[in-house]
Amino acid sequence: MSARRIFTRPARFAAIAPYLWMALFFLVPFGFVLKISLSQTAIAQPPYEPVFDLTAGWAAIKAAFGALSIDNFKLLVSDDLYVFAYVRSLTVAITATAILLLIGYPIAYGMARLPRRWQAVAMVLVIVPFWTSFLIRIYAWINILQHDGLLNQILLGLHLVSRPVVWLSTDSAMYLGIVYSYLPFMILPLYATLAKMEPALEEAAADLGAPPGAVFWRVTFPLSLPGVGAGVLLCFIPIVGEFVIPDLLAGSNSLMIGQTLWLEFFTNKDWPVASAAAIILLVVLLAPLLLYERVQRRQLEER
Amino acid sequence: MRKRARLSRFNIASLALGLAFLYLPILILVIYSFNASRLVTVWGGWSLRWYRELFGDRAMIEAAWMSLRVAVASASIATVLGTLAAVALSRGEGFRGRTLFSGMLYAPLVMPEVITGLSLLLLFVALNAERGFWTVTIAHTTLTMCFVAVVVQSRLGSLDRSLEEAAMDLGCAPVRAFLSVTLPLIAPAIVAGWMLAFTLSLDDLVIASFTTGPGSATLPIRIYSEVRLGVKPEINAICTLVIGLIAIVIVIASLASKLSSSQGESAAPL
Repeated sequence: MSARRIFTRPARFAAIAPYLWMALFFLVPFGFVLKISLSQTAIAQPPYEPVFDLTAGWAAIKAAFGALSIDNFKLLVSDDLYVFAYVRSLTVAITATAILLLIGYPIAYGMARLPRRWQAVAMVLVIVPFWTSFLIRIYAWINILQHDGLLNQILLGLHLVSRPVVWLSTDSAMYLGIVYSYLPFMILPLYATLAKMEPALEEAAADLGAPPGAVFWRVTFPLSLPGVGAGVLLCFIPIVGEFVIPDLLAGSNSLMIGQTLWLEFFTNKDWPVASAAAIILLVVLLAPLLLYERVQRRQLEER
Repeated sequence: MRKRARLSRFNIASLALGLAFLYLPILILVIYSFNASRLVTVWGGWSLRWYRELFGDRAMIEAAWMSLRVAVASASIATVLGTLAAVALSRGEGFRGRTLFSGMLYAPLVMPEVITGLSLLLLFVALNAERGFWTVTIAHTTLTMCFVAVVVQSRLGSLDRSLEEAAMDLGCAPVRAFLSVTLPLIAPAIVAGWMLAFTLSLDDLVIASFTTGPGSATLPIRIYSEVRLGVKPEINAICTLVIGLIAIVIVIASLASKLSSSQGESAAPL
């Protein structure tokens, strides 16, 4: 028996504590979300019914099960407010991810072409904002974008505009905030694939007479697709459920699903509907994840 | 060394613009926190006035203290659990339920925070747990242990396994080999993981909002409720202090990962 095999067993035991923790605090909670999404709103504590009372015996639990219904889901699909919120979330996430890819790709590409030493420095510089509180970064933009903020002062000073422009509470401000906050998430996976790429491939294409554009589109870009996929996914999924950035920077006329869920939960105290909204959001997000996993597995098999 | 493709002017311009975009807003925020004027936009000279006012704000100080306690507690628990998870994933191949395990570890990395927060709150309500320090700490541990696991796992993956095997061939018990050979080698990644967990916890608004109770707001919750009411110079000051704290943490973490990369071939990506 090799040493490697001996090591495997104790290493498996290491899984016990984190496994139990994640099961209890990550998996089980989704069971509760699912159960409450099938309950009715009630003016009670907690604000939903039926409440399972495990001490009341089997008959009571069975009755409670019978009281579950999918009314909340019917409500969500039929209510324009929610349908719009889902559509808006997806639109915002797709648009923002596309902008992120357009901005992030050249930056990651530039990083990958730096001399080795400078690549490490550039990577730290990109990661640092990711470590800095995103609430603070959004707040920094509020400072700049507000009515008498720096941006308007500069524009007025340069006589580019005659009166202050409204930047805050607009979709442009929200997109700016999202792009700003998620840029490191897009750059890092792109950089990781671009830096690993064999420069000889690009050189060979150029030596064989391909113009720079063709080298990029037919060699570099296809080879960087795994990084593109990872970056897109890493940005898209959290943006769909984003709450803070649209809440602070976008106008209040059309809400994203994260905000709707938040309002439903904290303001309207309708926990069952909020839970149902969370379940739908989860299903919407699982689809691209599973798709990505399948594509990746197929690529691994092809290799 | 292989010849690398030359940097074009376009590469340099996009890099410079990208970094300027990332850093200018933060720089402006820091500069304005030293502004003497009450109007956020009028420059009234350098002053520490807003820092003095900040230290007179009891609620803000209490929130900061709460945040620090939660961050230290959750980062510590998360580091232990995340390291164990990383060891199990990279050394204990093919155990029962491994797919579910790695799925649970990676899901919180991309899951919208509203869903994670909501589901944890519903669990705490069902368990009738009193919400406050411990519920926030548990929630943050759940989120940040996944990040720790990723950082430590990437270090374990780049580690030369023959070192562990040599120790065991020489008669070391597996646990002993782990403690005296593997653990020191991955220590820098563990330190970096703790730092990352600490800053993530300090940063989190959404999950903390769901899982905290009345009277135990964390710093981001306080800042958020102030920011919604409009820009105040005190907020610039507290934000600058947080940025300063995180900068110190980053310096320590990058020193740790530098140590790690001088021992091995590549550093952890985060």
